[in-house]
Amino acid sequence: MSQDIYVFIEHVCGKTLDISYMMLAQAQQLAAASGGEVVAILLGHNVAGLASDLGADTVWYVDHPELEDFIWANSLAVLEALLARQSPRLVLFGDTTIGSGLASGLSARLGLPLVGYCRQVFPNGGHFHYISQICGGKMLVEGALPDSTALIAMIPGAFRIEQGKSDEKHSATPVPLDGLDEILARNAQKYIFKGYTEPAAGDVDITREKILVSVGRGIQSEDNLSLAQDLADALEGAVSGSRPIIDQSWLPTSRLVGKSGKTVKPKVYLALGISGAPEHTEAITGADAIIAVNTDPSAPIFNLAKYGVQLDLLDLLPVLTDRVRAEK
Amino acid sequence: MKILVPIQLVPDLVEELVIAQDGKRLDLDATRWIISEFDDHAIEQAILLKEKIGGEVTVIAPDFEGTEDVLYQALAKGADQVVKLSGDFQSELNTHALARLVVHYLQTKSERPDLILTGVQANSSLDGSLGPLLAAYLDLPFVDCVAQTEIEDQKITVRKEYPGGLTADWSVALPVVLGIQAANTPPRYVPISKMRLAMKTGSIATEEVGELDLSGAVDSTRMYTPEADQRAQMIDGDVDQVAEKLVALFKELGVL
Amino acid sequence: MPERIDFWGIPHPWGPILVYALLGLATLILVVRFYQRARVWWQTGLPEKRWDHLPTRLGRLVKYAILQVRVLGQRYPGIMHAALAWSFFVLFLGTAFATINGHFITFLQGSSYLVYKLTLDVFSVVFLVGAGMAAYRRFVLRPARLTLQGKFTWSLVFLVFIVLNGLLIESLRLAIEKPAWALWSPAGWAIAQLWIASGASQGALYNWHLGVYTLHFVTVSAFFVTLPTGTLVHLLTAPLNVFFSKIDRPAGRLAALPETKEGEPIYADRLAHLSWKQILDSEACTECGRCQEVCPAYASNKQLSPKQLVVDIREKLHEEWATAKSKPTEPAPLVNGQIREADVWSCTTCGACDQECPVLVEHVDTLVDLRRSLVIEGRMDARLQDALAGLSRYGNSFGQSERNRAKWSQALPTKIKDARKEPVEYLWFVGDYASYNPAITEITRQAAQVFQSAGLDFGILYEAERNAGNDARRAGEEGLFEYLVEKNSAALAKCDFQAIFTTDPHTFNTLKNEYPGDVLAGRPVLHYTEVLERLIARGQLRFERALDAVVTYHDPCYLGRYNGVYAAPRRVLAALGCRLVEMPRHGAHAFCCGAGGGRIWMEEGEMQERPSENRIREAAALGSVSTLVVACPKDVAMFRDALKTTSLEGRLVVKDLVELVHEALEPVAVASPEGLTENGGKDG
Repeated sequence: MSQDIYVFIEHVCGKTLDISYMMLAQAQQLAAASGGEVVAILLGHNVAGLASDLGADTVWYVDHPELEDFIWANSLAVLEALLARQSPRLVLFGDTTIGSGLASGLSARLGLPLVGYCRQVFPNGGHFHYISQICGGKMLVEGALPDSTALIAMIPGAFRIEQGKSDEKHSATPVPLDGLDEILARNAQKYIFKGYTEPAAGDVDITREKILVSVGRGIQSEDNLSLAQDLADALEGAVSGSRPIIDQSWLPTSRLVGKSGKTVKPKVYLALGISGAPEHTEAITGADAIIAVNTDPSAPIFNLAKYGVQLDLLDLLPVLTDRVRAEK
Repeated sequence: MKILVPIQLVPDLVEELVIAQDGKRLDLDATRWIISEFDDHAIEQAILLKEKIGGEVTVIAPDFEGTEDVLYQALAKGADQVVKLSGDFQSELNTHALARLVVHYLQTKSERPDLILTGVQANSSLDGSLGPLLAAYLDLPFVDCVAQTEIEDQKITVRKEYPGGLTADWSVALPVVLGIQAANTPPRYVPISKMRLAMKTGSIATEEVGELDLSGAVDSTRMYTPEADQRAQMIDGDVDQVAEKLVALFKELGVL
Repeated sequence: MPERIDFWGIPHPWGPILVYALLGLATLILVVRFYQRARVWWQTGLPEKRWDHLPTRLGRLVKYAILQVRVLGQRYPGIMHAALAWSFFVLFLGTAFATINGHFITFLQGSSYLVYKLTLDVFSVVFLVGAGMAAYRRFVLRPARLTLQGKFTWSLVFLVFIVLNGLLIESLRLAIEKPAWALWSPAGWAIAQLWIASGASQGALYNWHLGVYTLHFVTVSAFFVTLPTGTLVHLLTAPLNVFFSKIDRPAGRLAALPETKEGEPIYADRLAHLSWKQILDSEACTECGRCQEVCPAYASNKQLSPKQLVVDIREKLHEEWATAKSKPTEPAPLVNGQIREADVWSCTTCGACDQECPVLVEHVDTLVDLRRSLVIEGRMDARLQDALAGLSRYGNSFGQSERNRAKWSQALPTKIKDARKEPVEYLWFVGDYASYNPAITEITRQAAQVFQSAGLDFGILYEAERNAGNDARRAGEEGLFEYLVEKNSAALAKCDFQAIFTTDPHTFNTLKNEYPGDVLAGRPVLHYTEVLERLIARGQLRFERALDAVVTYHDPCYLGRYNGVYAAPRRVLAALGCRLVEMPRHGAHAFCCGAGGGRIWMEEGEMQERPSENRIREAAALGSVSTLVVACPKDVAMFRDALKTTSLEGRLVVKDLVELVHEALEPVAVASPEGLTENGGKDG
């Protein structure tokens, strides 16, 4: 067994996702402790260029036409074959809509232990320990990882993107696929790609806004969204929302902040009536300042926010909007 | 069309969570268990499909305190069969073990489901998600984070969500396992009278399970709540005072 | 001697025979046609027992159908309608007397005949005055609530024609006979002067008389024949509806779901699943629109009109029967057929429509039945779904843990007794809003302090209390209501108490009117305002200072209109030294805040003006008044919101009655931890 830390690189439509860099940053820290290398694993088709800014010692690249769009079974088959030959210390996946399923599938196939919702892995007396965040962020769990190969599904938060980037202009090391063609082709028949849908065009791009007025369940009804919009207008920002708001179609999908939505980095993120489940909070860790408004003092959002207000947002919003307007 | 919906129960986060004496896990006596939010969507999606093209929906759940209510509710929504996996395991059951129990259950049946719907995640599962575990054990295709499901001629078309708000449509051959993020429409309300009728007229099949195989998960040594020093700095006062302080803060942060 | 001569100027014997034959035939047609219309009610609707308590029903018939006390509740339309209706009765009776006089007992002789003549003459004029008022109202005033359709105008013209003809007949006879007692028919005699002045021959006048007479009886016959299908059918349906109105239960108690013989519940998803009485309601509606005028839903979004709801049901009935001839076999849905779903949800169940209706239509019952049919299908908005899910899971609409129900009481220096563990004289049923809404709990603590300082022996149920179910029931979730009743009943059964009092009028209503008798076993259910009144009367609550404020008071629907508690809160205000200025709509006519019937849990939808805004403007318009006093936690929430949205914050404050009581007590040495109200800090 090696002491290497593998990182599964997530990318969509030719763009590396932030979580990949965060995992590389984590991997660098662990590799330094274990004396192993950071190995980035890149799967895809014609995406060798993505290797260049990855903060890894080695980038293994598997290129195949059937890996162009993410197909769970195909990525799983490739990783399975790869790990059958190697036994690294850890394999890091993003606990995302891509990596989470792969980690679970691989754990089942190879009988490797898996830790999900993982915020951080840290060296502790020759072993690695994990900290995971469960129960919607209300509980943290810590434990020792086995010294054999383990799989980790990571949520963002502990590491910054920049730490996982590199200026060294890596080149990808191609890894041949032996005897997988048939499996990949057979799987591909079961999955027929119909096309991507970008979030509604023409709408504001919440990833570029300096200030986001973000609403959750606490807004209670669609009618009340105008209160948030008024404040956003007064502050020259935009309104975004958490999953329940988008599920109700009160806001378009393009305004979704969270695991399956956008990751945002505004100067100020106003979290109004958002409880702060990890699926949401993982997408706002890059904000300079989070101000949370919630009636529930035990809402996990207060563990992440810099400032907190324990008031009913419906009471606060109109007054706050008036005050902001008066300032201008 | 046979649809199987294996579900998980998770701690009700409305209640205050209490850590057990050993400091490693939740105090089970103080925990109230409810159906995982995403599993509720999975059941809803199964019923929606059944309503559209007919078929048979089976919901299967491990025997926790509260499982019966959840299963009766599934019956009231329109499930045809509900199954309780019975055994003394509430304190230790993990997702891997549950996946194996479901696989074992399927092996005892002559007919395999055409579609297995699972919630995309469960908030208390430390060792991965049920859907991909099942797909891997059963060697079936799997699509995760499905927010829309349509069906036509043995082909199911799903809308998968990617990080960043992007979605893609995939057509998948049956049989398949789906990780449901959201049903096409939010889970329906079950009126109490329908629930009571289900409790009176419906029945829950019980499957005794043997020894659990817990491998695949990593034990925890400590459970604790997020530290207080990470907590937000609270801005106190009435609405007016808070608004005034916030305006000052906006200026300080350079957005006003 | 003056006496009545039958069939004066009519050729014998054919004239009378023709008249009797014609009227007899017309009456027969009336009966047959009305039967054809009426049989539809019981052939369509479900059975419902409304035959009992005969004396009470007859009493109602006199009160509402003959004396028309509801109609007279409004001056102009009241006088107008009474003029028309009572004249119509008198003229009809006059004809009946004449027939009796002619064929059975002769009594219209001498002075009795003169009085008879004068009476008929005067009422003919009164009728015409009423008709004039009606025409003026219909064509000049044109109130929005009226259905301004030709069919109503034609009915009016028709009646005026018949009465005018009667006068003409009389005047022609007087012109020919010129009797000494002609002045006893002043109107007829006045018109007779025209004929006399015209110089027409006796023969010509005889012919005219015969012509008009013939026309009169032809039109009267036509009136008989068309009555069962025209707008005047309310002459028949309104008294029937009044007679069959509900008397077996108080206004605050909804009926359980009807059941099939096998005990399966029946949901009002189609016409055939309404009761025959609910269908009769629609047939009795005169479209006067008084319900619409007082409806908070109509005032705020112009969607739901209780009148339109009833008319929609009637139209649906006629439509189905027109196409089917016999009982329709393929019934279409009621809601989203004729009636829009959004309208069904916009009702606050305030009961103003029921109270206003001159013919005692039971709007709210039908509306709740429609909601029940939607809820059982799971059709409702997301907010309501959340609230109902919270109620079934945690027993409160806030979706919070039931373990936190009494959390508000932790900040009290003196612990409240746990009624589950020790006997108490009064059991305080606190309710959801008072327990969970962070903006209200300070008021709840003040209430507790007031009761403690008065030495009241009381306790609460702590975690065992559940939402009482009033609004869940009115939102249409009958099963949930029953479930909550069971839970609360079980908790109450374990407690030793003499009386219950509640904070919330909604809770008050259902406990008092809807909980099974064995739960309370005759023990009184009181609203806290009644408890305060008692404490003051017994001298247990003594105020250290008079508040000397000018206030107005909002009657909560479920306290006032539904349960008649008007005096207690007003007496408490008087004891506090407050000067009460009433709003134009007060007491039984108070305008709803918009929260009831589960509305507080639902999407608002399109609103021009929220009911609470409408109401707070009414209070603000009182000039001298600085405080709007309420006696319901939901009112506090609704009106404090409305203050903000109407920008009336500087003008008025909204206070619960108990806040004023707390204020007037000798400063209580108690911290008010959240300082959420203006006075909490001062007293603390």
